[in-house]
Amino acid sequence: MSSKYHITSFCNIKNNTVSLNGSVIYNDENNDFLEFIKAAYKSLETNYAKFFKMDALSKLAFLAADVLLKNESLNQEEENNIAIVFSNKASSIDTDRKHQESIQNKEDYFPSPAVFVYTLPNICIGEISIKHKLFSENSFFIFDTFNPQHLLDYTNSLLSANKAEKVLCGWVELDGENYEAFLYLVTNNGTITHNKQNILKLYNT
Amino acid sequence: MDTLKQELKENIVEQLNLEDISVDDIDDNDILFGEGLGLDSIDALELIVMLDKNYGIKLTDPKEGRAIFESINVMAKYISENRTK
Amino acid sequence: MKFLRKQEFKNMSKGVAITGMGIISSIGNNVDENYKSLIGGKTGITRISKIKTVHKDDIMVGEIAFTNQELEQQLGLSPDNNYSRTALLGVIAAKQAIEEAGISNINTYKTGLISATSVGGMDKTEAYYYDYLEDKAAQKYIEGHHAGDSTQKIAEELGIDQSLVTTISTACSSAANAIMFGARLIKSGQLDRVIVGGSDCLSKFTINGFKTLMILSDTYNTPFDENRKGLNLGEAAAFLVLESDKVVKAENKKVLAYVKGYGNANDAFHQTASSENGDGATLAMQKALKVAELSPGDIDYINAHGTATGNNDLSEGRAILRTFEEHVPDFSSTKAYTGHTLAAAGAIEAVYSVLALQNNVIYPNLNFKTQMKEFSITPQLELKEKELQTVLSNSLGFGGNCSTVIFSKKQ
Repeated sequence: MSSKYHITSFCNIKNNTVSLNGSVIYNDENNDFLEFIKAAYKSLETNYAKFFKMDALSKLAFLAADVLLKNESLNQEEENNIAIVFSNKASSIDTDRKHQESIQNKEDYFPSPAVFVYTLPNICIGEISIKHKLFSENSFFIFDTFNPQHLLDYTNSLLSANKAEKVLCGWVELDGENYEAFLYLVTNNGTITHNKQNILKLYNT
Repeated sequence: MDTLKQELKENIVEQLNLEDISVDDIDDNDILFGEGLGLDSIDALELIVMLDKNYGIKLTDPKEGRAIFESINVMAKYISENRTK
Repeated sequence: MKFLRKQEFKNMSKGVAITGMGIISSIGNNVDENYKSLIGGKTGITRISKIKTVHKDDIMVGEIAFTNQELEQQLGLSPDNNYSRTALLGVIAAKQAIEEAGISNINTYKTGLISATSVGGMDKTEAYYYDYLEDKAAQKYIEGHHAGDSTQKIAEELGIDQSLVTTISTACSSAANAIMFGARLIKSGQLDRVIVGGSDCLSKFTINGFKTLMILSDTYNTPFDENRKGLNLGEAAAFLVLESDKVVKAENKKVLAYVKGYGNANDAFHQTASSENGDGATLAMQKALKVAELSPGDIDYINAHGTATGNNDLSEGRAILRTFEEHVPDFSSTKAYTGHTLAAAGAIEAVYSVLALQNNVIYPNLNFKTQMKEFSITPQLELKEKELQTVLSNSLGFGGNCSTVIFSKKQ
């Protein structure tokens, strides 16, 4: 069952580097994640003003997804049947903390609605869906560590049951300055077989 | 009044993360929501927080915001008439 | 290849039986109590008593009567436990479900656990945030903060250690997605049995957050009413035991109902608001009908998401009209009883849907006074007895995550 599908493309964002299919497409020396991701966004010419309003996790997931989906030459006017299956460990803790600090501050109590809306991990999936007009199935799982077997099984099940034509899946983890995105697109076409070994290999690229 | 308008523009660009828009790009009569600056419902809620935080104006119904946030001119007029700080 | 396809089709048509349910909410501490409140029209919405918040006079909530200490005693936990309220409620509901399903040794069959939460251990974090550095005794709760912790604790208490245990966090559709994922694992033969559901407790975090979005009502919530003022937050946990045909047959199990269909779609519109015409909800309902191999006319009752916010009820109402056109079945929202229980809502309403099927009743949509002007559909306002075969339940979440689950009496 696992040999039927292929990993068409994959994107890693970590250590100040964005790479597509293992080749570096952006790298800098920024010490700050938000500066790095903004510079990467500008360099990759992703023209989407809403990017600046997103929280850090959404920026990370959005940019990685955009790198992959740009290559798919999607018709933005039509429905694209790409499901999204994401996972991480820290959920939305980075933004949760910001909201928490604002509501515990008795002297300066002004919690921000724009912060609160990002206190769920799956909001980043919403952002990607809005940009690429994806009305397809999506889910977000929390695991202690990267879990290739779960992603493999879930993705194969979506594809074999014809729930989606393609599946964008992976790991988007962010907590302060610790960040790591590994997203990959699974379809019928490609040279890399969709199996656990390959997912692990590309994750460690 | 002009100082208030300038202050509002600066706050809007800063608070709403309008990265690609500068203060000078906003005309006093520009429509802020929808077609104008492209602000959305979360931005409206942020502006309600800003009214409270900076000017001591408390709105309880988000629908009230729609009329108040029509343009910089309308906002400035409302704030100068209702501010408590 | 052809053979494989056939085999696959055969696998996909397997039944998913519900053989046990457990629930704790503001309208009851078990399934019976919840049912009595539902048919008695008894709401669980009150002023908040267990959390000190500056908003106490501006909001109403669906709060569970037991204190944490009482819940700990019921579970027989030692005083040094680090359970959040989410975990306490979750274990109570999951244990009830196992008991009703008559499971004594959980590892006789390959059993998984899929639990949904959005609040996790936030209640303890906000209580001890400033004490963590100095107060050694409070530090035990740090480990209990993350979303997966309540799931792990439920798995431990149920004795599940060799199989899939995972947490789904997709906002207010989380538990519906847990049910959907569980049903798939049974259909594909990966598990024989799976415990699915969710748990969320009240917290300052969510109260303040929803307050900033200005969608909290200062009085009793009124789903599908023209003058609705917003939602009431609630706390609850519910779990269902899903079993394969094989287990049902081998153990001669009593089946409460079946998970017949499910669908999930993204609304692709806004981080938190639903699209004007309910695109995501429409797609979710259509997908669920397709999986169930049912037509809209086969649905006897819709347990709507119906949070009583201006945005949700209009968007969902329109989605119902788009899906069912001129034949909209009886529908009601039970949020006026429980409040919006966030990640748990899909499981709470799954239990209510199964109870509706078992008892052939449709619950009244409480607090409704004025017809909405945008459309002419009206929720069911009185308790109605009616032979039911299928119930459809919607759960629509932030992030545009929309889910529908269909329950049926027959396989």
